[in-house]
Amino acid sequence: MAKNDVKVLGAWPSPYVMRPRIALNIKSVNYEFLEETFGSKSELLLQSNPVHKKIPVLIHGDKPICESMIIVEYIDEVWTSGPSILPSDPYDRAIQRFWAAYVDEKWFAAMRGLRSAQGEERKAFLDQVTEGLALLEEAFGKCSKGKAFFGGDRIGLLDIAFGSFLGWLKVTEKVNGVKLLDEAKTPGLVKWAERFCADAAVKNVMPETEKLLEFSKVLAAKMKGAPPPKN
Amino acid sequence: MAELKLFRTWSSPFALRVVWALNLKGIQYDTIFEDLSNKSSLLLQYNPIYKKVPVLVHNGKPLVESLLILEYIDETWKQTPLLPEDPSERATARFWAKFGDDKVMLSVWNVFIKQGKDQEEAIVTAQENLGFIERQLSGKKFFNGETIGFVDLAFGWLANLLSIWEEICGVTLIDHEKFPMLSEWIQNFAGAPIIKESWPPRDKLITKNQALLEVYTSKEAPK
Repeated sequence: MAKNDVKVLGAWPSPYVMRPRIALNIKSVNYEFLEETFGSKSELLLQSNPVHKKIPVLIHGDKPICESMIIVEYIDEVWTSGPSILPSDPYDRAIQRFWAAYVDEKWFAAMRGLRSAQGEERKAFLDQVTEGLALLEEAFGKCSKGKAFFGGDRIGLLDIAFGSFLGWLKVTEKVNGVKLLDEAKTPGLVKWAERFCADAAVKNVMPETEKLLEFSKVLAAKMKGAPPPKN
Repeated sequence: MAELKLFRTWSSPFALRVVWALNLKGIQYDTIFEDLSNKSSLLLQYNPIYKKVPVLVHNGKPLVESLLILEYIDETWKQTPLLPEDPSERATARFWAKFGDDKVMLSVWNVFIKQGKDQEEAIVTAQENLGFIERQLSGKKFFNGETIGFVDLAFGWLANLLSIWEEICGVTLIDHEKFPMLSEWIQNFAGAPIIKESWPPRDKLITKNQALLEVYTSKEAPK
């Protein structure tokens, strides 16, 4: 497959953009990474994702595919000769998809809330984040069945969904002076996180924590300068 | 014989998606009606995180979240497929269903609970979103083509709840001129045999939604 047949529109700090890149790496598919400039949206992005105008977008041939987890499932369904990202059993697939949606809709929403919250509100978000991690620790036990990843011996859908947030999790720990993944409370996840970040499909697309920390300061400054969001 | 139970309420549009999927595929199941003001211990056991309906229990194993349940049903029972086979068409179907739940539903609801200038703005946003959906239909009878599929079931609430909200509030959101294809889709979907026979009683839905709209509209009212 020619390299320019597969393109990923994205940006290095985005956990959502990491997801299709990890999936393509698992399948050993070469792709061109087109980086968006922070603060502006390219013509190509606006054309390929007119509904949301957001990254990531996978462009396969001339077809744009949008929404990170939808892209991951697409990659799994197209490149069938590589290792499978989703399990074959329908119930196991449902469980992986359930937790991936939970991570996006509930857990990371609380993480985002933590970013700008103060006082009591901050404590509430922190509690939600910690409770979520306890649930994910339990899910890890059930899904991995003693193996290395949520997907078993190899990285799967839920590993990709949750693991892509590890960079931002480490930044949040530093900024807030808290330990979110903890040997005492979430031992399974602590070891899983190390294995995930070291995996060949992940290593080169997971941003360094220091770089992400610097970026988070730029992001925070931009958000302070932006007009208050409409409710 | 496989054991299949569906936990639902009489009115939940999300649970209806599962009812339609099972009925379209001719699958037998038992129904347990829940009263959400007094949730059964079984429901709380099967859906401890969200505590919501629908829950589908297959051979003792619970499945939650309506669109995920639809995918499970489609993968387990292969007759009358809901999703297309081609990966890019599947990705497209999943995209629109997600757009419906993440953006369209709330933007439409906002039209009916807001007032004055806020309502005018809400109408603009909702109609922008509906415009995307209208263009997706582009001359097809259903989002899935000639037969009902995943995206049709995901948008089923538009073919029923919307007209109820429009009637209660006296606001027309989907008019035939601006949205000719969506208007026709609504007729086709609402009148399809398997779908038609499962609509909850309209008068009960009107009463319930009238009360719901009153609560939310008063929350939105300027203080």
